[in-house]
Amino acid sequence: MIRSYEELDERQLDMLREIGNIGAGNAATSLSVLLDEGVHISIPRVRIEDYGGVVGAIGDPESLSVGILIHFEGEVKGMVLFLIAFEDAKEIAHILVGRREDDEPVGLSEMKLSMIKEIGNILTSAYLGSIGMLTDLRFEISVPYAAIDMTGALLAAPMVEFSVDDAHILFIEESFRTETRSLRSHVILFSDIASINVMMERLGF
Amino acid sequence: MNEPIKVGISDYKMSRSPDTLVTYALGSCVGVSLYDPTTGIGGLSHIMLPTCSLRTDGCVDDRMKYADTAIEDLVRDMVAAGADRMGIRAKIAGGANMFGVAFDSLMGSIGARNIEAVRRELARLGIPVDGEDVGADYGRTVFFSLGDGSVRVQTAGRQANVL
Repeated sequence: MIRSYEELDERQLDMLREIGNIGAGNAATSLSVLLDEGVHISIPRVRIEDYGGVVGAIGDPESLSVGILIHFEGEVKGMVLFLIAFEDAKEIAHILVGRREDDEPVGLSEMKLSMIKEIGNILTSAYLGSIGMLTDLRFEISVPYAAIDMTGALLAAPMVEFSVDDAHILFIEESFRTETRSLRSHVILFSDIASINVMMERLGF
Repeated sequence: MNEPIKVGISDYKMSRSPDTLVTYALGSCVGVSLYDPTTGIGGLSHIMLPTCSLRTDGCVDDRMKYADTAIEDLVRDMVAAGADRMGIRAKIAGGANMFGVAFDSLMGSIGARNIEAVRRELARLGIPVDGEDVGADYGRTVFFSLGDGSVRVQTAGRQANVL
């Protein structure tokens, strides 16, 4: 049982990295089926940061991203945020449905936005599904929420949810890349101490 | 002109004319700009949550995170720096619902609750509000110019708004 994130030892951090790895591995497989191209994931990073550190770890707070957010609740609770640079999301949408001139400069056409949302949904569901399988824990997954805006403002949403009593946020983060195209994207798992304890107990830590 | 002074999340900074304070990418958080026009002393607070009573361990730590502790502390610091307590005025920006999440969840309602808490706290302290750019579903960056007390609100893809 840990009471604060600082108490996590190297073995436990490894376990959290493994959780992230399995989740993101599944998500990458789904993405590579969609894009018909190999998708690689970075080595998962488990980070305990203050709020500014969370934003700093992901990039420029004012850069434009598409964010897909789902939350899960049950034996454990948390949120998964999939972030992708707006330009790269647009490129994926173009690849899948073709380019159109009438897309708004900042927004995306309804169809493309719902497609990006669906991709985010597939990725986050794949991510969480594999964690459910691994831990044999039961939780309900919300519908996906999508937004296109400043990365910092999107990241703040899950941070607020886990900020009430702690000045630090624990998150497990991976980024994706392909051989041929830019895919500036991250999948980030946010959870709380109680849930981390449940997961560790279930996995024998 | 000097580089703008950055205010982080759950943080506040104070300075004086002609400096500029900035806080980036407010989502559901609220940026509170306090200004004393006589001395040119001003402060910008990036508030994350409405009240420290949400905490289980009192209001000792992280006071810059909550509307009901951050604003009070910033006013005290401004007065200590020489600002006229009765001359302080406010402008506020932020408090969005970024993902358009249902209002009955913490995440869906937090922006609106932050705005309410900030207004309540400013009223309690007797500080008039001269301008607001709040709510809706988009992020905001705030530049607060202590030269004239103006607040410039920038968003992704919308016209900047000057309060």
